[in-house]
Amino acid sequence: MSNKFRLSSGGEINRTERVSFKFNGKTFFGYKGDTLASALLANGVHLVGRSFKYHRPRGFLGSGSEEPNAIVQIIKDKARTEPNIRATEIEIFEGFESKSQNCWPSVNFDVGEINNFISPLLPAGFYYKTFMWPAKLWKTYEYFIRKSAGLGVSATVRDPDLYDHRYYHCDILIVGSGPAGLTAASIAVKSGKKVLLVDEKADHGGSLVGSDSELTKINDGTPKDWVNKTFSDLSKNKNIKILNRTSVAAYHNYNYLIMVQNLTDHLNEEEKKNKIRQRLWKVRAKKVILATGSIERTMVFDCNDRPGIMLSSAVRKYLNRYSVKCGNNVVVFANNDDAYETAISLHNKGIKIKAIIDIRENSDGDLVKKCNDLGLKILWKHAVVTTKGRKKINKVIVMKLSNNNNSVVGNEIKIDCDLLCISGGYTPAVHLFTQSGGKLLYNENKSYFYPGKNSLEQISIGSCTGIFNIKKIIDDAYTKVNEFLKTNIENDTLVSDMKSGGFENIWLIPSNKVPGKTKSFVDFQNDSTANDIKLALREGFKSIEHVKRYTTTGMATDQGKIANMHALGIISEHTKTKMGELGTTTFRPPYTPLTFGALVGRNVKKFFDITRRTPIHSWHEKNNAKFENVGQWKRAWYYPINNESMHDAVQRESKAARENVGILDASTLGKIDIQGSDASEFLNRVYTNAWSKLGIGKCRYGLMLNEDGMVYDDGVTTRLGENHYIMTTTTGGAATVMGKLEDYLQTEWPELKVFLTSVTDHFATVSLCGPHSKKILEKVVKNINFDDQNFPHMSFKEGVIDNIKCRVMRISFTGELSYEINIQANYGKAVWEKCMEAGKEFKITPYGTESMHLLRAEKGFVIVGQETDGTVTPIDLQMDWIVSKKKYDFIGKRSLYRSDTMKEGRKQMVGLLTEDPNEVLEEGAQIVAEVKKKPPMDMLGHVTSSYYSPNLKKSIALAVVKNGKNLNGKKLYVPMKNKIIKVTVSDSVFIDKEGKRLNA
Amino acid sequence: MFIINCPYCGERDHSEFSYGGEAHIVRPKQPTELSDDQWAEYLFMRKNVKGLQYERWNHAHGCRQWFNVARDTTNDKIHSVYKMGENPPK
Amino acid sequence: MKNKYSIFSLIKNSFTYHENWQRAWRDPEPKKSYDAIIVGGGGHGLATAYYLAKEHNLKNIAVVEKGWIGGGNTGRNTTIIRSNYLWDASAGLYDHALKLWEGLSQELNYNVMFSQRGVMNLAHNLHDVRELKRRTHANRLNGIDCDWLSTEEVKKFCPIINCSPDIRYPVLGSTLQRRAGTARHDAVAWGYARGADAMGVDIIQNCEVKGIKRNGDKVIGLETTKGFIQTSKIGVVAAGHSSVLANMAGIRLPLESKPLQALVSEPIKPIIDTVVMSNAVHAYVSQSDKGELVIGAGTDAYISYTQKGTHEVIEGTLKAILELYPIFSRLRMLRQWGGIVDICPDASPIISKTSIKGLYFNCGWGTGGFKATPGSGNLFAHTIAKDEPHKLNAAFNINRFISGDLVDEHGAAAVAH
Repeated sequence: MSNKFRLSSGGEINRTERVSFKFNGKTFFGYKGDTLASALLANGVHLVGRSFKYHRPRGFLGSGSEEPNAIVQIIKDKARTEPNIRATEIEIFEGFESKSQNCWPSVNFDVGEINNFISPLLPAGFYYKTFMWPAKLWKTYEYFIRKSAGLGVSATVRDPDLYDHRYYHCDILIVGSGPAGLTAASIAVKSGKKVLLVDEKADHGGSLVGSDSELTKINDGTPKDWVNKTFSDLSKNKNIKILNRTSVAAYHNYNYLIMVQNLTDHLNEEEKKNKIRQRLWKVRAKKVILATGSIERTMVFDCNDRPGIMLSSAVRKYLNRYSVKCGNNVVVFANNDDAYETAISLHNKGIKIKAIIDIRENSDGDLVKKCNDLGLKILWKHAVVTTKGRKKINKVIVMKLSNNNNSVVGNEIKIDCDLLCISGGYTPAVHLFTQSGGKLLYNENKSYFYPGKNSLEQISIGSCTGIFNIKKIIDDAYTKVNEFLKTNIENDTLVSDMKSGGFENIWLIPSNKVPGKTKSFVDFQNDSTANDIKLALREGFKSIEHVKRYTTTGMATDQGKIANMHALGIISEHTKTKMGELGTTTFRPPYTPLTFGALVGRNVKKFFDITRRTPIHSWHEKNNAKFENVGQWKRAWYYPINNESMHDAVQRESKAARENVGILDASTLGKIDIQGSDASEFLNRVYTNAWSKLGIGKCRYGLMLNEDGMVYDDGVTTRLGENHYIMTTTTGGAATVMGKLEDYLQTEWPELKVFLTSVTDHFATVSLCGPHSKKILEKVVKNINFDDQNFPHMSFKEGVIDNIKCRVMRISFTGELSYEINIQANYGKAVWEKCMEAGKEFKITPYGTESMHLLRAEKGFVIVGQETDGTVTPIDLQMDWIVSKKKYDFIGKRSLYRSDTMKEGRKQMVGLLTEDPNEVLEEGAQIVAEVKKKPPMDMLGHVTSSYYSPNLKKSIALAVVKNGKNLNGKKLYVPMKNKIIKVTVSDSVFIDKEGKRLNA
Repeated sequence: MFIINCPYCGERDHSEFSYGGEAHIVRPKQPTELSDDQWAEYLFMRKNVKGLQYERWNHAHGCRQWFNVARDTTNDKIHSVYKMGENPPK
Repeated sequence: MKNKYSIFSLIKNSFTYHENWQRAWRDPEPKKSYDAIIVGGGGHGLATAYYLAKEHNLKNIAVVEKGWIGGGNTGRNTTIIRSNYLWDASAGLYDHALKLWEGLSQELNYNVMFSQRGVMNLAHNLHDVRELKRRTHANRLNGIDCDWLSTEEVKKFCPIINCSPDIRYPVLGSTLQRRAGTARHDAVAWGYARGADAMGVDIIQNCEVKGIKRNGDKVIGLETTKGFIQTSKIGVVAAGHSSVLANMAGIRLPLESKPLQALVSEPIKPIIDTVVMSNAVHAYVSQSDKGELVIGAGTDAYISYTQKGTHEVIEGTLKAILELYPIFSRLRMLRQWGGIVDICPDASPIISKTSIKGLYFNCGWGTGGFKATPGSGNLFAHTIAKDEPHKLNAAFNINRFISGDLVDEHGAAAVAH
């Protein structure tokens, strides 16, 4: 295909680098630097997509991120196909491929277009009024609704690309590198401050990029010369960092801005390799200068959506930047002078201007004069009332406006054309300003919202404040930026001053048709029309937010950049409310959509979350351990031998720990070092039991409550010295317990002299359990007398292993004779291996968390978070013994005496035995006293822990059951989905109630 | 999105801090003397201020000190920061 | 209803270019006095008014709303509806709501698009498995449908979930409530508004309450921006602003109002046909009929009335989304927003009388109020009309914070979405 719409010279494309690309399966070529839009237009392609609801043919409206129509699906592999890409932004490269979306079988012939013909049945909100009968068919209706909705398609395979995050602090952030932004940057760098300048586009220069080099002169050169010179001066300055293709997504409080930089989407496959695709910048700026420019408006009239109807500024940019003519026979439809620059530019390049239709009475602007001099035909006080041409515009119908602009009069004037340029004036891009909390003001004469006050260190400059004249923009930028930065840089920029005429606005161009028959689009992508908005108002949706939601106006992928002002305008006219009073809808972030990939950055796969491993982890791995995630920790779960099942492994491990000796890695338990003269008093206050009388070298189990009286954490605390304790917490509770203790200490009891240090990661903990454990300890640890008298249960000794100091606690979570060695973390693995070696002769068996859970359940020990769920008091656990009656206060004590917590018949922890000793209950199963044929049934409680005990050779379970402590021996039922299991309430200690094994 | 000026470390991003609820709620010295109503008042009832709120923050990923902040909950502006035990600045 | 909606009325109106549709609700000025006033024109408030008029024959009532109806959390949530709660009280409450949802479009003659596409709650560790199974058993015995799916069944039911065993927190199974799903949030508010209006309820927008007037221990009216309105019954359903209203009446509530955020992707063709929630990895997602992925984020920890949360919460949520659905990496976030949710210490709501006669509060729905809308309104209407709770909301009284008889859905369900 040839570039027959490419002019033979001019523009800023690199004509030496031809790029071939595919669109809808056809091969085209363009040049390096082309966007998909400019390249397709160069090839005469206007039809690129179909609209959301009516599947109307659509082309290009704009030339940047405001584009509502020309969105395409990037074709690549299954992992990198990408929906809803704006053709006006994506830059082509060799091999680039894309296609139209939301059409079937093709964009040329789309079955969905049937919706356009039944559109009278599909006004705004039609779906709220129908699809209700018969009720059960809704599922079917919805299936088809969903199928026809949506735009492009998602990838179906994991994205292989890399995304990155960067934090950045700067003194001055300038958003937008158009004339105002570049001016601001030139001033800012001279202040010696650290400056960051960003622009969403590939090119710097903003609105100057497409301007006609003949019509505007800056410092006697072309606008492009000025941009190049300014940019190159800036680039040499070490105070500034300049980013292009970088869009500010969100502007948060305290000048915190989130922006995304596109690094590789414009590169070819080879260049893309091993590069980061997008980078999210998180910028904290001391001062922010918003130079975000403005967006040209369309006008709202019947059939204003056809391919070939484009914004005037976009046409100008395609012409001057890309050397592409968007048509050969052009009609311009304007309400201001800016469109005349486009007309002159086109005319000067030999393109036929058939007519300029202007809704104004006249204009005395310089550009208008020039058009008159060139003999261009201008129809004043006229308007385009409709257009013709199914897949491309071929005609406009023009009529004269009545005096008050409320209707059209006279005869229809038909003008053949293949391009209609529209210029409805400009809307300041105030999105970031409002996101940052700024309030907008409304200019009644010029019909735009502009930034009012903002308490942040921030200013807006340039056309985003409503100044649209280049000279004024630059002059204003000097004044404002100098004041803002407290600099005094002289304005040496001379801009040719052009007089511009007035501006007149009609939100909804009148028609000679019955209003109901018109389709005057407000939101192109979502197909919402002026009639939809009027219908919403008629039905009582009067708030702008209601209208937006009812009609979906402004909710398309362009986020209403084009639609919102007209929607507001039509509402304002219709309801006779002033625009300023109507307010705007909230501009929600992001300004332009950004990928989830960029937002997530590197935090994917193994970086999704921190993985905490014990110092002994590599041994477990080598010995075939299966791991369990416990919080961020990886804990050895069980150690299957050969092809052993989990059940078999756990049975074997649990048996070995009672019969011979088992070894467990308990390093994940939280450890808090507590020192200070008030340490004992502190423990008295945080645990339910008393601590003052605990002897030095002794250990004690403690239960910690929340202030609401519910069990919060538990663990053994050892008194290492007069004023020195080491507390252990549950694995999951380590951080929160530490935080809670610090909180009480600092805020409630600052008078206590206590110092807390988290030492969880400083120690490895090796736990040995079983009748032979003592013998292993004796072999491994020197200088401790393990004699029962010298080293009884619940006590502690300091020992030495190969000259390395260690702490040995004789404590037990299984009911067996058991010791824990705590040693500096980096020796953990060596000590573990030493124990394994020493234990060989006693058939030492490593066991994991599953066996640990089983063993403690045999003994009736609770696990906080398993037997408890935040609703269980120590009394409920039948652990009344641990709640001191003597202590005046401790955390949670008062809550235990509330009417409900003292109530009889609360759920209490009990044991459960199944009638069939081989039947193992499911944890979480519910318990009833009486089985009913049908639910609901009164539930008494649930099974909290359940195992087959290899040592007792029967199934055992712990449960919480209403009034459980009075139900011992009672038969209850566990109704499962397909059977009913009979159980008997029992004591919760199943093995060795007397505690003989502790001294075995 | 705010920046908190930790009285011990200086200005840091809010993500370094954890929130600790309404400030100046003193744990009763004699809880057993309180009625269930009074205890619930301490335990659960909160002002939940819309406007200037005195609240506790902890520099969790920093010095781990607790301190108080006066913040406007309608715009997240921090008016002042002061140490535990101090009275809110007027 | 004088203006019944149906395909026939749609066709009929198309001949007149839809220019004859009636207002969905009137726009009245407040009367001097009402039998009852509901403060808050969200889904819950409008539903309350609807059921007061319909089931309790109170016609002289008003809903006052400081902004526009449905503009608070009703229009800001991720529209998930389910009833698979652990505790009997919660299960009773939410299933009452779910049953009302099932006939709501027909009841209101307004398509609220209740879509029973199922809600999954994924388990990612053994603790999750235990807790979710516990919930499944409890639901079954409470007569609430709930299945347990193995990892293989998860994969089959929702193929795009990453069920690979080597991800950081592999999917170990899931609950599935098939009757659960989503609805069109705005439509719920509009449908109830239209229904209530048709029965004579005055819906007064842009009317902010400035004071609650008392005479001794009973209420006598409201000071509003549209003047004083007399009434002897006030039902406050003001979500994030409940504490502000409570303060006007001189009472305190156990609430904290926090930012909760959500976001949508750009619309895409159907890719996920159910609702998937994950507590451990903290993300939940569904796809709207329009094609947008609707993604719920978590709350920030601090109190804020700004309707803005932190960027970190959004980032953390999407991180979880990509962990579970790595194929979504190239999709783009179209819109993010925040709401203010009022959270009770036990993550359960309050639907209750207060110590002041004629003053009722319905609040504390936290992150999960939308699903309860019909049930909440229905039971609150009962409470207001009879001056005593219905048995289904008796457990949700304010006094539970004094007695300690909480309905703690924290430990049980962890998140109460």
